[in-house]
Amino acid sequence: MTTQAPQFPGAPVVRREARDKVTGTARYAADRIPAGCLYAWTVPATVAAGRVTAVRAVDALAVPGVHSVLTHDNAPRLQEPDDPILAVLQDERVPHHGMPVALVIADSLEAARTGAGELHIEYERDPHDVTLTEDHPGLYTPEEANGGFPAVRNRGDVEKALAASPVQVDATYRMDALHNHPMEPHAATAEWSDGHLTVHDSSQGSDKVRGSLAQAFGMSPDHITVVSEHVGGGFGSKGTTRPQGVLAAMAARHTGRPVKLVFPRAQLAEVVGHRAPTIQRVRLGADLDGVLTAVSHEVVTQTSTVKEFVEQAAVPARVMYASPNSRTGHRVVALDVPSPSWMRAPGEASGMYALESAMDELASALGLDPVELRLRNEPATEPDSGRPFSSRGLAACLRDGAARFGWHDRDPRPAARQEGRWLIGTGVASATYPVLVSRSTASAHAAPDGSLTIRVNATDIGTGARTVLAQIAADALGTDPAAVHVDIGSTDLPTAPLAGGSSGTASWGWAVHKAAADLAARLAGHSGPLPAEGITTTADTEQETADESPYARHAFGAHFAETAVDAVTGEVRVRRLLGVYAAGRILNARTARSQFTGGMVMGIGMALTEGCGIDPVFGDFTAKDLASYHVPVCADTADIQAHWIEEDDRHLNPMGSKGIGEIGIVGTAAAIGNAVRHATGARLRELPLTPDTLLPYLL
Amino acid sequence: MDSLALGADLEPEPVVDEHSTVTLFVNGEETTLTVDHRATVLETLRESFGLTGAKKGCDHGQCGACTVLVDERRVNSCLLLTVTQDGAVITTVEGLADGESLHPVQQAFVERDALQCGFCTPGQICSAVGMLREAADGHPSHVTGPDDATGPVALDAAEIRERMSGNLCRCGAYPRIVEAIEDVIE
Ligand code: FES
Ligand code: FES
Repeated sequence: MTTQAPQFPGAPVVRREARDKVTGTARYAADRIPAGCLYAWTVPATVAAGRVTAVRAVDALAVPGVHSVLTHDNAPRLQEPDDPILAVLQDERVPHHGMPVALVIADSLEAARTGAGELHIEYERDPHDVTLTEDHPGLYTPEEANGGFPAVRNRGDVEKALAASPVQVDATYRMDALHNHPMEPHAATAEWSDGHLTVHDSSQGSDKVRGSLAQAFGMSPDHITVVSEHVGGGFGSKGTTRPQGVLAAMAARHTGRPVKLVFPRAQLAEVVGHRAPTIQRVRLGADLDGVLTAVSHEVVTQTSTVKEFVEQAAVPARVMYASPNSRTGHRVVALDVPSPSWMRAPGEASGMYALESAMDELASALGLDPVELRLRNEPATEPDSGRPFSSRGLAACLRDGAARFGWHDRDPRPAARQEGRWLIGTGVASATYPVLVSRSTASAHAAPDGSLTIRVNATDIGTGARTVLAQIAADALGTDPAAVHVDIGSTDLPTAPLAGGSSGTASWGWAVHKAAADLAARLAGHSGPLPAEGITTTADTEQETADESPYARHAFGAHFAETAVDAVTGEVRVRRLLGVYAAGRILNARTARSQFTGGMVMGIGMALTEGCGIDPVFGDFTAKDLASYHVPVCADTADIQAHWIEEDDRHLNPMGSKGIGEIGIVGTAAAIGNAVRHATGARLRELPLTPDTLLPYLL
Repeated sequence: MDSLALGADLEPEPVVDEHSTVTLFVNGEETTLTVDHRATVLETLRESFGLTGAKKGCDHGQCGACTVLVDERRVNSCLLLTVTQDGAVITTVEGLADGESLHPVQQAFVERDALQCGFCTPGQICSAVGMLREAADGHPSHVTGPDDATGPVALDAAEIRERMSGNLCRCGAYPRIVEAIEDVIE
């Protein structure tokens, strides 16, 4: 669709719930303490494949304060859930390590935990297979990759074109599993009252959770309320319904009391999804001027035996660079591992690490500046679909970023700059993320006292959704954002999609804009005092979001990194990280900057410290807690800057905005890896770039 | 469960639960209560006092979300057993503001947008308050030069980053957190 010119002010309004968050009064799912609340502790399977054959609960039940023990033998029966990972405590099968096999419910958390320690469980083990290899005999080509993308796309004759290219790159990149680890562990507090189930759940979308609970418990959604008022981050792991709500509701039904369940940190990795490990082979063919003739990106990844999830890592190669010949494909193998799922920019984050590293390798092979190489391969239309771009700001981001960063002062030779024991290098990588939007509803209300209220079941997982929705409504109503009250985070509000795919603001905002504009028109046509019930308008964007756009719609960006590598220890420090983004209209400069730089910080983790293997013998993740799985800390971040270019794109939504929550992590790891290569001359093709992997190249 | 009975003929091992009475001074208020010996200060604050500002990110001293001030020093409250804290003076994030007016660190966090999801924020703020005092008291950090180790330590960005690295923020608000703390120092 085409909209009028976006006029959005984009003021840096202060996050409206900031005061609640700095004073500790913002309530998260585990902060609810209903009267008579019991506490549940989950017991994870200690085998990777097999069956529970016996449970001895008597010792656990003898622990003072322990109320009940639930296993598959006595837990409430569920209907077949909408997501197979929610079929918890339903049968004896153990499909992966860490699957919850029992729940201990007690008067206090201490008693529940002690009880769990007293529970004796016996298993019959099946042989398990948890190791991804590029020649695994179980690999197959799925129909689709995550996001509904076709698994394979071919254009032209890539093999022939590669063979005929004077310059070629053929490189394989590897990364282990990554874990979302939002600071708030997945939690739920559930309560039944007169047949009505209320769950405070740590989720990215409570309508989605309510639907899952209704399905699992065979109930009408009208008898379920799910609240996600404040959510301590999700990064995709709370975008699909997770077992905590189902388990807490089961326990509450079984005991007749409210039940609180928080997954212990070290159990999270195996129950909330992860970014699947990938082995990615990228082949590029170019002429001597660096113009691409062939792009091939082939991804091998893993899923579980519970459900198929295929990290769509080859998809960005369908968007990025012009090439008459292209092959992008995914193959997957189902292993005895926890089910992978969404983690911030699924597909793009992994895929752009490989593609943007390969582009850097091509630039080196050509002796061409890496920024220039990318500029020479800008496509006129989306390479895979042939559709015109609604807007494409990649070249502008690369140029603007290069100028801000001081890119062109760089000596292109590798390992040419040293300061004491530090080897210094700079690197660049592009970023991209698709524009997604879903149907949403919202309402706007004007009360006789003049107050204005927006109601929409949006979820604020740290994006600043409340704030930006108030701005959007205020803009349509011609008033100040402070004058607009915004209610979000409960299924009692008008139905709305989840906070995911960087689509929240576009989806909710569109409905809010529509309801508010409608209200403004109604108010303009009204004379005299408002009726006692005020005026309410409702909006549904079913029509607006139904048709596929004739345009290819993506946000773009460019990341520049300066790294220092300790020549003695192999430690990598990111001295500077600069991102420039083209993401439509930026609706709130203050909260947008936080999202961009937050994504970049997570990219530092992906580049330098994060990665989790699976133990081939025990079949479990080897780094399950925050002492072993290293997310970035404050000292890992130095000079981190986010900038954006003004983009006027009339083919998006009434606000003219693109999503901004994920693009900050896309390409960041490649920019850092390329900078490390420039600093040291060593091209590592495996993340993370830990000292032990670098050291052999420095001696 | 009994259909799955395992070793049904064995007697359950007795588990003792022990309780003691302690007095705590929390946010200026004296309270005497009976606590389970296994209860941590974090669990007591949250579930007994209803002070849910301090968050449980890991329960293992790995994330800092539970940071509170005990006798004006920052601590991971998930690592302290309440029964050992008889007489302790505890300040949580709920106790920092002076009525309606925010503590300068809280105010700076709001102004700098030094938070996103907000889950780590109470811990970051308590940690920053404790950290400023440690520096003023002359406690050196890993990045303090040997010559600066006497008297109050001047906090530049590197010092702040180092000293705040016990508080994880998965939203990556670190750049803004450092700016907020710099604002308070100025
Ligand atoms: S909850 Fe105490 S350090 Fe994480
Ligand atoms: S603000 Fe979300 S973890 Fe720090």
